[in-house]
Parts: sequence; C-alpha cells; structure tokens
Amino acid sequence: MSIIVNHLSYVYSQDTAYAVKALKDISFQVEDGEFIGLLGSTGSGKSTLIQHLNGLLTPTEGSVYYNGEDIFEKDYDRRLLRSRVGLVFQYPEHQLFEADVFSDVCFGPKNLGLSKSECELRAYEALKLVGIKDEEFYVSPFDLSGGEKRRTAIAGVLAMKPEVLILDEPTAGLDPKGREEILSLIRRIREDTGMTVILVSHSMSDVAENTERLLVMYQGQLVLDDTPRRVFSEADYMREIGLDIPQVTKVLWGLRKRGFPVRTDAITLAEAKAQIMRLF
Amino acid sequence: MLREITLGQYYPADSILHKLDPRVKITGAFLYIISMFMFENYAGYLLAALFLTIMIKLSRVPFSFMVRGLRAVVILILITVFFNLFLTPGEPLFQLWRFTITKEGLQSALKMVLRLTFLILGSSIMTLTTTPNALTDGMERLLRPMRIFRLPVHEIAMMMSIALSFIPILTEETDKIMKAQMARGADFESGNILKRVRSLVPLLVPLFISAFRRAGDLALAMEARCYRGGDGRTKMKPLSYKKRDRIAYAVIVLYLILVVVIRRV
Repeated sequence: MSIIVNHLSYVYSQDTAYAVKALKDISFQVEDGEFIGLLGSTGSGKSTLIQHLNGLLTPTEGSVYYNGEDIFEKDYDRRLLRSRVGLVFQYPEHQLFEADVFSDVCFGPKNLGLSKSECELRAYEALKLVGIKDEEFYVSPFDLSGGEKRRTAIAGVLAMKPEVLILDEPTAGLDPKGREEILSLIRRIREDTGMTVILVSHSMSDVAENTERLLVMYQGQLVLDDTPRRVFSEADYMREIGLDIPQVTKVLWGLRKRGFPVRTDAITLAEAKAQIMRLF
Repeated sequence: MLREITLGQYYPADSILHKLDPRVKITGAFLYIISMFMFENYAGYLLAALFLTIMIKLSRVPFSFMVRGLRAVVILILITVFFNLFLTPGEPLFQLWRFTITKEGLQSALKMVLRLTFLILGSSIMTLTTTPNALTDGMERLLRPMRIFRLPVHEIAMMMSIALSFIPILTEETDKIMKAQMARGADFESGNILKRVRSLVPLLVPLFISAFRRAGDLALAMEARCYRGGDGRTKMKPLSYKKRDRIAYAVIVLYLILVVVIRRV
C-alpha cells in the first residue's frame, strides 16, 4: 500500500472569474515498486495531479493517502512527505541556483536537517548515480550542458532518497542522445533502488518501452488505467483525446493493411521486430 | 499560491465600459480624480458617489471584487484619518489622553476617507475594465503630442506593455520555482526574518536568470521581426472613436459641469 488517490478534484482560482476545473473526481492506487506512465495532452491536468501527490497543492475535494495516512491532515508533516515522494518538475534545470554542482545537490538533504557529512555522502551518491563526473562537481551548474544540467537537477531530488520518484516530462527539450541518457538513467535508478516511479510523458514510445502500467488523462479526468498493451490497442480512442500510439505499432498496422499477416499488439521496438522478422 | 495576487487587474466582462475606447476611460478617470478636489460641500460628495455608483453598475464588475483593491491602501487611509482627526485645530469635541478631537478634524477626516475611497474606486474602474494592452495603447495615443518635447512616447508605451505582459509570466514562474524548491524541502514560511530572507536565495537566483533569459529571447525575437522603434510604425488595430465614445465624453463633461455648479451652491 503506497499511494491512494481518492475522489480527488481541484479547481484553480476558485470563486473568481478565472475558475478552472483542472481535476475531476480522480481515484487510483499506486503499489510499491510500480513503474507507471502518466499520459495526457497539454492541459489535461497531469502536472496538477502530480503536485497533489507530494502535498504542494491542496485538493478542493477528495483526499490522498500515503502509506495509509491522509497527507492533508492538519498535523501531517508535508515537508517530510516531500522527501519521501520526490517530484522532479518540468525543466528542472531552471531550479539550479548554487555556485557549484555539489552544493546544489546538497540543498535537498540539508533541508531535511541531516548532518553535513551525511548530506555530502548523499550528494556524492546521487551525482554518481546520474553519471556526473568527479571533475564537474565543483563547476558552476550554469556551465554544464543541457543534459548534464537536467541530470544534476534530478540528482538534487534523488539525494533526498525518496521512496517514490515522479518525473514531469523529464526528456522535454533534449536531443535524442540526451533523451536516451535520461531514460536509461530512470531504468537504472529503478533497478538499483526498486523505487516506485511515475513518469509523466508526451512520448508514446517512451512510456511503451519503459512502464508497466499507464494512467491516461483527458480534460481533468482519468479515462484509462491499464497495461500499455491494452491502452495502445485503443488506437482510435487515443487519437480522439489528442494522443497517439507508438510509432512501431503504427508501422505494424500499416503492414497489416497491406495484407501482411502481422499482429498489431506489439508496442516496443523489440516486439515489432520479432513480428516483422516472422514474415521472412 | 501566488495566483491570488491581482496586478494589472483586468476583470473580463461584457459591458459598455469594457467596450469604450481606452482614451475615454483614461481621460475620464483623470478628470474624475481632479473633480475630487473641486468641491468642499457634502452635495459634491453625494454627486461623486452617485456618478461612481452608476459607473460601477455599468461596469458589471462585482463590487466585492472592486473592494479588494481598497485593501492595499487601508493603512494609508488610516494614517490620513489619524492625522486629520487629531491634528486639526478648531472647536474641541472631546479629549483622548493628550489628543483633542475637534469638530473640524472629524469633518476633514471623513472627507479625506471619502475622497481617497472614491479616488481608488474610480481609477480601479478604469483598470478593471481595460486590458493592460489597451491601456498602454491609449496612453501612447494620448501622450503623442509630448513628442515635440523629444519624449520617447512609443518606447515608453512599449516598455510599459512589455512589463505588464511579463507580470503574469513571472508570477507563474515564481510559483513554479517556489514549488520546485519546496519539493526539495525548502521552507519559505517559518523562521525569523534573517532565515526567511536567506530562504529566498533559491527562489530569486533562478527567477533572475529566467527573467534575463526571457528578456534576451524577446529582444532577439523583436529584432528578427525588424522592430526598430516607433517611427513609421503602424498599428494592427488603430484606435478610433465610435458613437458610444462621444456619448461617454459628453457624460464626463456633463458631470464636470454639475460639479462646478454644485460647488457654487
């Protein structure tokens, strides 16, 4: 039992002319160690939803439970919660502020009130985990490349040793190499630590290749909650709500239409390759 | 969190005041403020209040929303009341410790409160019914004669409208960075003043960096589209007076005449 979201609704700027219903009656449960993909077109409420999971936003209605406790209870320690449920925002490199990479990663653990040596140990481990080289520890974070900046920012959250890691579009604005680096980093983190991971993404193939379960949002509602294979079998519905199916699945549909006997439920590159190779 | 702050507080609604030319509203608000200092008697205040009430009704902005603007100046009003109440010489009414409250003091305090309230409500009707862009457009047009004094009117208006359009962007950015740092355990709310000031560093550094980056991007984008200042530049939506604007001017003039007449009574 890890995270339970119970009939959650959220209204931005309530009681003003600009009131917007961002989330409508959302319920789901996340088990320990799951790897979840959160999909939805722009403005579907993904970012609003994940900000409830670590208590940054307070729901208008409904509740969120973490390990059996209501996180919006009056005396619940939400600062501690934020170290357990680590949230990496979109373009996290925009939050870097310290004079050097190492002290920036120390910021999170320092806020937890840990000793100096413990902070430094955690920062070192986190930076090693995301693959930042020793010689870059004491340069200004603003002198790093785009991909390195982002990995440093992710290390800043990892250094708090969260149990759940939520990443909001971690590959946005990166080149293909940078994207692959971040994705393999996320896979490695999961294998090494067994963390629960929620990956918010626009890329169908990123989630198809990596996650075990998909949550799909549309206009503030949770419309699908299933395995990637089942979700992507609803190709027409996915397009209707402004999403898509993975590129490789599309290729298989195309082959099928032209009379080749392939199955169309493959969603990863490896599965698609196996289907196509069978033809020869 | 920061969404509560309303700056450049435009309130969208479909009313005759929203549709008026911004120049009419700027002139109207300006003249209304001047009229505040033209009368001394209570009949004048009554007239000003009446005019204001009609405008508020016409604007279709909820009164409760309008009053929010007053909250910011409560302290200013209180200070004014204090000085007027206790420091005006005249016929003493009663005494509070060392301070004497006079009849004249009470009257001038009341008048000052009314004046300030009308003044703020009057100008907020203008900002609530006009988009910031329309406001700067109107300003630019009204100030155009000042160009003969080599005042860079267009540049000032451009800077104003850029500044105004950046307010919501930077507010959102502040909100985002604040949340990102809170997700890393930052605490902006507790501790003594020194601790709180220090806790702002993780917020201000990224905010400044982002503001400079945005400014640079904007300058580049403007130059890429051959922006070179106001000379010879035309507008996509040039301001032009319609019938309703002429009527509005007539109403303002009528109000001013009434003020002058009442003053003599």
